[in-house]
Amino acid sequence: MINKKVNTIQEALQGVKSGMTLMLGGFGLCGIPENAITELVKLGVSDLTCISNNAGVDDFGLGLLLQQKQIKKMISSYVGENDEFERQMLSGELEVELTPQGTLAEKCRAAQAGFPAFYTPAGYGTEVAEGKETREFDGKMYVLESAYKADFSFVKAWKGDEAGNLIFKGTARNFNPCMCGAANITVAEVEELVPVGELDPNQIHIPGIFVQRIFQGNNYEKRIEQRTVRQRN
Amino acid sequence: MLDKNGIAKRIAKEVQNGYYVNLGIGIPTLVANFVRDDIEVEFQSENGVLGMGPFPFEGEEDADIINAGKQTITTLPGASFFDSATSFSMIRGQHVHLTILGAMEVAENGDIANWKIPGKMVKGMGGAMDLVASAENIIVAMMHTNKHGDSKILKKCTLPLTGVGCVKKVVTNLAVLEVKNNAFHLIERAPGVSVEEIQKATEGTLVVEGNIPEMIL
Repeated sequence: MINKKVNTIQEALQGVKSGMTLMLGGFGLCGIPENAITELVKLGVSDLTCISNNAGVDDFGLGLLLQQKQIKKMISSYVGENDEFERQMLSGELEVELTPQGTLAEKCRAAQAGFPAFYTPAGYGTEVAEGKETREFDGKMYVLESAYKADFSFVKAWKGDEAGNLIFKGTARNFNPCMCGAANITVAEVEELVPVGELDPNQIHIPGIFVQRIFQGNNYEKRIEQRTVRQRN
Repeated sequence: MLDKNGIAKRIAKEVQNGYYVNLGIGIPTLVANFVRDDIEVEFQSENGVLGMGPFPFEGEEDADIINAGKQTITTLPGASFFDSATSFSMIRGQHVHLTILGAMEVAENGDIANWKIPGKMVKGMGGAMDLVASAENIIVAMMHTNKHGDSKILKKCTLPLTGVGCVKKVVTNLAVLEVKNNAFHLIERAPGVSVEEIQKATEGTLVVEGNIPEMIL
């Protein structure tokens, strides 16, 4: 077993510097690496390029990094829930690259899987395809999209072991598995870190080979964006 | 004239036995409430769940189980969770049979715009560009006109496009329209709405052939 466990959050984020490109898992506030984000705020690193499907809300998730103006460029598919984000974008302080959600996922997966680029039909004929190579296959048009290059990938899983094997829960899985192994260093935080041998190899979602550092996360808030319920009859 | 629930109710009639269906945010989400219960249908949400159920009872919400609108949901027996790349493999690979989504504008050539108003609103496209570029069967759920009374059923979209030549059918508060041969073909009228009213609210080319029946809801 190659041990990936680190004991402190400082150790987990060692090497993160201003100007780097970071991938962060999560969909909305679901399955975001809460501990890593908190530590990034503490570290005070700036000029970051962040690849994440969403940009958090004003006072949680990536919104915390936006508040401190630590993000130079945001690469996302949907950024609708964040007033500070909108303000920085419209004033030109923040550079924003909007990417179709499936393309964003695949650009991560391509980096993980060693593909430099791929063709997708998404965005053909729209401003997303401007300046990009297009090609026809079987009568349909496709856009060439390239894999992301990132320095660090921060993901959140439900359970993990010291070998870096990960299991996700519910829709908190989302972009997290796609970002594992898609950056130079993948840092996984988990709700429950167990010794090797405790997880059933049949149930592993992401093998530890894609993870360089794993740590036991703490104090998960797991904020719900749209609490929606039905009445009991 | 239909309200949002009426539009959803009419679209629900398009959902067939054995369909995997992706529902967008807004009116499309309501469609799930009106699908006949004697057919087998599974709802996909692109954030990573197939077999979505109703909203949870109060106190049973799980922050780790949400839909693409970030609402808390439940799952039905047979449901599955998956990552975002797998989710869009289902969509891009045309394993999802029907996509229902909202729009700001639809054009007579099937173009759709729903993600950006330059200088005013930039929320992003989310999964909409992947969905419209891939789905065989796309139904747009929308109001026929905007709040100023201007038509959203156009000759040509004025807003940045989400997809080109992809919309097959539009269900609005006034009508059901089929999009083909560079025109909107009037298929059904909403209850109490005349062909003239629909014509007046439609900027794009409207083809009216024969007697147009009223929707049966």
